[in-house]
Amino acid sequence: MYLSFLNTRVYPWRLEAGVNWGRLLQDPFFWIALKNTLFILLVQVPLMLALALLLALALNSALLRAKGFFRFAFFAPVVVGAVAYSAVFRLLFNTEFGAVNALLRALGHPGYDWLYAPGPAMAVIVIALTWRWTGYNAIILLAGLQSIPKELYEAAELDGAGPWQRFWHVTLPGIRPVLLFALVLSIIGTLQLFTEPFLITGGGPGNATMTLGVYLYQQGFRSFNFGYASAIAYTVALLAALFSFLQMRLWRER
Amino acid sequence: MRRQRFWFALALHAGLLPLALLWLAPLWLMVVFATHPEQEIFRVPVPLLPGDAFMENWASLQADTNFLRALANSVVVSGLYTLGGLLLSALAGYALAVYEFRFKALVFSFIVATLTIPYFVVVIPQYILVARDLKLTNTYWGVILPFLANALGVFYMRQVFLSLPSSLLDAARVDGAGEGRIFFQIALPLVRPSLAALALILFLNAWNDYLWPLLILSQKDMYTAPVALGTLIGLTRVSWGGIMVGSALMTVPFLVLFLFLQRYFVAGITAGAVKE
Repeated sequence: MYLSFLNTRVYPWRLEAGVNWGRLLQDPFFWIALKNTLFILLVQVPLMLALALLLALALNSALLRAKGFFRFAFFAPVVVGAVAYSAVFRLLFNTEFGAVNALLRALGHPGYDWLYAPGPAMAVIVIALTWRWTGYNAIILLAGLQSIPKELYEAAELDGAGPWQRFWHVTLPGIRPVLLFALVLSIIGTLQLFTEPFLITGGGPGNATMTLGVYLYQQGFRSFNFGYASAIAYTVALLAALFSFLQMRLWRER
Repeated sequence: MRRQRFWFALALHAGLLPLALLWLAPLWLMVVFATHPEQEIFRVPVPLLPGDAFMENWASLQADTNFLRALANSVVVSGLYTLGGLLLSALAGYALAVYEFRFKALVFSFIVATLTIPYFVVVIPQYILVARDLKLTNTYWGVILPFLANALGVFYMRQVFLSLPSSLLDAARVDGAGEGRIFFQIALPLVRPSLAALALILFLNAWNDYLWPLLILSQKDMYTAPVALGTLIGLTRVSWGGIMVGSALMTVPFLVLFLFLQRYFVAGITAGAVKE
């Protein structure tokens, strides 16, 4: 925290309260990075958790055959490193030669300039994150589902609750703590998002996929302005704390 | 009722199967691309079956990055980190679970609290400490040291040791075993499956970590595999076949391991998630 009050542009470093925090407020790149990060937070995280919940429910269903295969398919990205899958996604979303555009063209769509147009570049980041982390969250939710006692479902069924009611009144309350945990983890993870935008799009085109993580890296370790980077880091921390707090509050009131 | 179930099951599989294949596609294509020369990777339509250019691609990757050395670095770093992290986590978790001491609750809540601090807040002071004050850039220790004390590991091992019956440890004590012997010869062997789960998670984290080794390593022959691979991805002229070989080499061993040890992986991941 102390570091964020230092002016690290001069040597030796000098205590100048406000130099970094003041700059933060006026820095257009910071606001772009913040906006992009919040966009991913509000679009990708709910999307992914909804998908993860559906997956967890499906994988927990007694009617599902070949569970081992499905589990492997969705959980496999958990062991894949960010660098490896960033490379693969860069190749898949290549405009001219990538598999995704090839598929789109086969379906009669001209395809997108995925990595060099602002909107599609953001879409690639969202898709990549969803691919990587949905299975991880599904594991956590699945563990939560399996910890709900079977008797509760039987009792609900005896009381005449339909599938929808059972989901609403037994399943959801049962996994609430685990869901909250996954939510908080995802939010903190997204706020710190670095490797994917850094390697897939480099924060570009322009600054279209610049996140707080990438900006912090640029300020701290490209420009070696540690003080300013610390101010960004604490913005991330404050946001993380704020979101976690909001989540807990909202959750408790319901 | 039974009919209804049948249709539901059918719909479930019909919905899930394409999604599962879609999920596996990037991994499959990674392996396919690793075995094709570059002009084949960029051919339309995209090749869907493995080719025979694996050795070519490997040679170009090795020439670009000395990937063999990078893999060796990764193995050393991840291995040391896993062993050290396991030992420290187990010791600390054991102490917190078994012994009574002053400020125990405080120490524990302090450790758990560090879990909630975003890594980015830590990374700059940590960099200044390790690089400037300890002068550990371009060393294995520089990469490993900051992560040896792993709060999640400590938390996990504490939960594990709490589930050991204390009468067992007391019995050993009555038989005259020293505290060290009790820990290494009785407590540790009993929690071996949990240790395995934690080891997998620790190893994988170190193996895939990118940001920290990127910051701390600047000499090419100290690069870990992700950093070496990362240097290639940023370039404009890249050998994609080589990159795919590197990605596959970093990933496929774990996919195979994952196939057989799913249960342990899942145990490790959910360990932090499901709390009573």
